[in-house]
Amino acid sequence: MAVLAAATRSRVRPQPLRRQLSRAALHAFLVAMCVVWLFPLAWAIYEALRPISDTTLNGYLSWPSGGLSLDNFTTAWTQANLPYFYLNTLYIAVPGVILTLVIASMLAFAMSQFNWKFNVLVLMIFTAGNLLPAQVIIIPLYWIYLNTPLPDFVSDNGLLYDQYIGIILIHVVFQTGFATFVLSNYMKTITKEITESALVDGANVLRIWWSVILPLCRPALAAMATLLFTFIYNDFFWALILMKSGDKRPIVSALNNLQGEFFTNYNLLAAGALLAAVPSVLVFIAFQKHFVRGLTLGATKG
Amino acid sequence: MAETTKTGTAPVTGKKAGTGALVSRRRRRYSVLTRHDKLILTLMVGIPLAFDVALIWGPTLASVVLSFTNWDGIGSVTAKNFVGVKNYENLFGGYLFFRPALYHNIIWLAFLTVVATPIGIFLAVLLDREIHGTRIYQSIFFMPVVLPLVVVGFIWELQYAPTDGFINNALGIAKGHHLIDWLGNPSINLLSAVVAASWRHVGYVMVLYLAGLKSVDPTLREAAKVDGATERQTFFRVVLPVMAPINVIIVVITTIESLRAFDIAYIINRGKNGLELLSTLITNNSLSEASLVGFGSAIAVILLLISLVPIVSFLVSVNRNPT
Repeated sequence: MAVLAAATRSRVRPQPLRRQLSRAALHAFLVAMCVVWLFPLAWAIYEALRPISDTTLNGYLSWPSGGLSLDNFTTAWTQANLPYFYLNTLYIAVPGVILTLVIASMLAFAMSQFNWKFNVLVLMIFTAGNLLPAQVIIIPLYWIYLNTPLPDFVSDNGLLYDQYIGIILIHVVFQTGFATFVLSNYMKTITKEITESALVDGANVLRIWWSVILPLCRPALAAMATLLFTFIYNDFFWALILMKSGDKRPIVSALNNLQGEFFTNYNLLAAGALLAAVPSVLVFIAFQKHFVRGLTLGATKG
Repeated sequence: MAETTKTGTAPVTGKKAGTGALVSRRRRRYSVLTRHDKLILTLMVGIPLAFDVALIWGPTLASVVLSFTNWDGIGSVTAKNFVGVKNYENLFGGYLFFRPALYHNIIWLAFLTVVATPIGIFLAVLLDREIHGTRIYQSIFFMPVVLPLVVVGFIWELQYAPTDGFINNALGIAKGHHLIDWLGNPSINLLSAVVAASWRHVGYVMVLYLAGLKSVDPTLREAAKVDGATERQTFFRVVLPVMAPINVIIVVITTIESLRAFDIAYIINRGKNGLELLSTLITNNSLSEASLVGFGSAIAVILLLISLVPIVSFLVSVNRNPT
């Protein structure tokens, strides 16, 4: 069909040779750039597929002599107990994304559908907080995490430190700034009269938030959910500092220790790193549209 | 309700709604809200705000206070712990790693600004035209943005490793004495790290810029074309000025990413031996290796002060261009 379209177009308006040449040059350039861009990833996949015996014998820069196999992947998977670390990530990412969306959508609803005196100030506090480098706050935060007592049923050591709940908490607080900024920009485009008339009809604000505003924000919420999952999944820093037990860490934070302990050669390391990246990549492939929209909602509607 | 609203604001239709109309509107809305509603709304804003203050702005302030102490993180801070500006004197005077770390952050920023960001913008401009396969190209350039930074670091380790990495093997210097230690040599490892970071940054900038380009009113370009402007002229004289808000965002994001740089340096060598960054100095001095809480906090304050520049410019830009 694309060919047909191109054909009709060229029949209507014959393209001069120079223009066709510049098109060809453009594609050649873009293809070359793509090759450069894909190369590091392709190389990692190639290394992961080669048995270590093969590379030891022939060097890394060689064609496979004994064929390729998934052995490195299975070894990394079982030796380093990767499923276990994926699960750790899940314990953090799922509640993290849901809580952030609930809280940020409430905040955005309250601030975009009603006029408060300090609307702008509050939004700025959240947005600016999200933009701070994590290392600016980490020293006092570490102390807070070590000194905040929690009841036993939420924390097995009685603290925020070294607990899933602690990691979830800092993700939610940090990401709420970003999600609120994006969602409130989105909600500003919804007329306030919807909320007004629902109020007159006797609905309370919680009901309006849940059954009037949230359904209207579905595209923005889907975009945010995708983006937040990736942000939380990809995070390395919080669990590195605020979790002591290596076996509780989510997979991305655990990779550093796994590197020294189990991924003893580059082929295994390649396999392990690629496996750790799979969920992010899958989410991106499945929700690419939402993902990109989420990023651009944050940047262009500002 | 729709009718009452109409009678209330009927004379005011355009953007220039008078303040009088706004006030009367607001009064009416609040009269509709019950006390219960007001309480719920206050909690919706108040609880997250309390957490934000307790876990982000409180610690920010605490970092500032701690930077004037010699606290080691044990026990409580007393009057005896306050040492004035001594930490800052040490930082700018005797401490060997502060200046290098600051320069490294600046080099990181410079590289992203001068190399990675323009490549991203250039790709966006190329891909904004109607060309076949633009989506495939976009996905490929964007792919590294989805990967965890740590994985980006590992993927590039496979390129840089001295004897087993691709680059030295391709150059044929992996076996000899003249191999280049891309990640170990302190005079080049920063550049190696920032190249890895750029692999990701380019795609990020490209996507943001593409969204900006798409939002430019196409009639503007057509008008320029009719007036006989070349493609280059159109871009620099028409498109770029219209994109001022997105340009600010890109500058802000580039700066903040450079100040946040941590993960890649950490997995290479924990941010030492040529890879010192302000962020790694903070954790190394105060948390993971030593417990010089006051001293590390002084570095955190410097990082905070620098970060405020892009953050404030972002907030100003957001408020100048509402929606």
